Amino acid sequence: MDDPVLLARAQFGLNIGFHIMFPALTIALAWFLVGFRVAYQRTRDKRWLATYKLWLKVFALSFAMGVVSGITMSFQFGTNWPNFMNKVGAIAGPLLAYEVLTAFFLEATFLGIMLFGMNRVPDWVHVVSTFFVAGGTTLSAFWILALNSWMQTPTGQVLDGTQWIAADWLQVIFTPSFPYRMTHMLIASGLTASFVIVGLSAWRLLRAASDESAARTLRAGLLVAAILAPVQLFVGDQHGLNTLEHQPAKIASMEALWHTTREMPLVLIAIPNEAERRNDYAIEIPYAGSLILKHSIEGEVKGVEAFEPDRPPVAPLFFAFRVMVGLGMLMIALSWYGSWATRKGRSAPRWLLWAFSAATFSGWIATLSGWLVTEIGRQPWLVTGILRTKDAAGEATGAQLGSSLTFYLLTYAGLFVAYMVVLTHMAGKGAES
Amino acid sequence: MNEILPLVFFVVMGIAVLAYVVLDGYDLGVGMLMPAATEDEQSIMVASIGPFWDANETWLVLGVGVLLSAFPHAHGIVLGALYMPVVAMLVGLMLRGVAFELRMKAHGWHRGLWNWLFWVGSFSASFFQGTMLGYYITGFESGVGYFLFSLMVGASLCGGYVLLGATWLIYKTEGALRAKALAWARWGLLWVALGVALVSLATPAVSATVREKWFDFPRTLWLMLLPAATVAIGARLWFLTRALEKSNAGRDLMPYGLAVAIFTLAFLGLAYSLYPYVVIDRMTIWQAATHPSGLKVLFIGAVIVLPFIVGYTILSYRIFGGKVRERLYD
Repeated sequence: MDDPVLLARAQFGLNIGFHIMFPALTIALAWFLVGFRVAYQRTRDKRWLATYKLWLKVFALSFAMGVVSGITMSFQFGTNWPNFMNKVGAIAGPLLAYEVLTAFFLEATFLGIMLFGMNRVPDWVHVVSTFFVAGGTTLSAFWILALNSWMQTPTGQVLDGTQWIAADWLQVIFTPSFPYRMTHMLIASGLTASFVIVGLSAWRLLRAASDESAARTLRAGLLVAAILAPVQLFVGDQHGLNTLEHQPAKIASMEALWHTTREMPLVLIAIPNEAERRNDYAIEIPYAGSLILKHSIEGEVKGVEAFEPDRPPVAPLFFAFRVMVGLGMLMIALSWYGSWATRKGRSAPRWLLWAFSAATFSGWIATLSGWLVTEIGRQPWLVTGILRTKDAAGEATGAQLGSSLTFYLLTYAGLFVAYMVVLTHMAGKGAES
Repeated sequence: MNEILPLVFFVVMGIAVLAYVVLDGYDLGVGMLMPAATEDEQSIMVASIGPFWDANETWLVLGVGVLLSAFPHAHGIVLGALYMPVVAMLVGLMLRGVAFELRMKAHGWHRGLWNWLFWVGSFSASFFQGTMLGYYITGFESGVGYFLFSLMVGASLCGGYVLLGATWLIYKTEGALRAKALAWARWGLLWVALGVALVSLATPAVSATVREKWFDFPRTLWLMLLPAATVAIGARLWFLTRALEKSNAGRDLMPYGLAVAIFTLAFLGLAYSLYPYVVIDRMTIWQAATHPSGLKVLFIGAVIVLPFIVGYTILSYRIFGGKVRERLYD
């Protein structure tokens, strides 16, 4: 482990992986808060206020985790990938700066009013502040996903000397993969937040079965999840077809398809064998691969061999993709069955509450898996066809990267444990006590 | 236009950094002062920065964001050379931010632990920001002398933040805590005076470029207005804190204003020392700037959005203006 590029990737990956968990939760949780706040405004039911305050605390804590890990990222662009900014800074820079300008200040300032201003501002200002924070988190996602999509499927740029610059900003922002990625990520956030709400409410109900606020947030979360989960299945399929068109090597690796094939089977599970270019212990469904990817049994799908040597590794993509899809299916099952079991004010059986609690972080794990697929799937490129990852790394030595990686790892581990302890503690106490 | 825009963004970056220093400076300073207060006072101190610290920290992101997006060629050099202090500072900021949230939800020895981490985070973030500045001014030279110089700047910046934190508390608090803050402010002021004097003397000694810019008669005479004004404001602040011990005539915001003025003057001196370099002796503003097409897009965004940011920041400070009386979270 003294390869600087690998260490730079490990460090950046650790950081961005840790960071993304919190926006993935807060983007949609902010909209739940808008819902709770508006419900209180309309009904004047104190229980909605208690619910709002509880989840506002969860939001504030998660937001703080996101802010501090996000600041780290703004520095690591320069420390880990200096040539990224040298080469494509004229495109990536403005997108990142627009995120800071349009979203970060908005979120941070109005979060202060949300948290501490309820007795100091008129009701409508407080409702609008909640709305601004939610709008800010979504706007932030817009810019960062525009940049990521441009790195995946770049359009609208021209080479000027040694730098890539934007020829057409609309094309840079609205690249072919952007609408799919944006929709997929927003729904992923919706599912992440729903399952955190469902899971923690269930955790509370296991301790206090009569907590009406918890029963109500449980139902609200289940309803949102039951609507979003199947939509996500459809959006994910469309995103996959879009990837097949623009980044076919990624799809080949995700499906562990080594050789270009007609009548491609769908590999359900296997152990991809890089050395021998085949799958061991594969369980497959005949024709299903062609059917899903080409919507025809005869459709030809290009295999990994067609893209050598510029293709991502197979095993991580293959497994991460299956974790994501598997969890997606589980979320559909849980949210549908849960909605049915709690219909018309019925209370969920204890075993189901345990299942919900166990699934609290299913959205997180699925989102992280999805990002692993799309980011590792872009390798060996940092910006597809424009800049290779190894050419973007800087002069930071293995020793510097190694020691700071250890430093970050310890900090993140400590923060994560503390976060989890507090989160479960707050949820266990409930909204009204 | 292509000549002016890099300069415009150099100014924008400067303003963002100065805004960061005087705003996050006071909440980091309050964090450093925590161990000197009683448990009750600590709650008030934390409440005085609660609505603001998050947005204050965002100015750092804007400063680094402008460095990253407008001067990408310098971003890698600067942050690469400052690698380890940057990591240490970031870990400090992380501990501070998270400890702030968690200490409010903790009880017993847990709260003690988070209080301690809040202090450690505030202190190390401040100290390492100072060492970053120290290395930056000297053009990232290595050697024992430069190392000691950067430690000195680190310690001085801690003093500066303590001054900002103490003057902020004069504005936000009452009674015994305000009286303590007045004394803390004088300690901070002495510390800053010592730090600024040492740094001002040492900088020309370690950097020939800076020496030539300041010791060039007759320009030197005009430039001496800057330290003279700093000394005058420092003296005014000292006597004001004495006077405020006896009276409470609605002048409690003034010490913070004077502290900001001291920082602004020091900042102007620094900017003069550096100009036209982004990386001293190595890279000018124009060499570091991104492609003009990128700058134009940034400029449009900044012109449209920055007034809104300033507007709602002022709104937030108005909403949460005056003395702190309530605790956080009801």
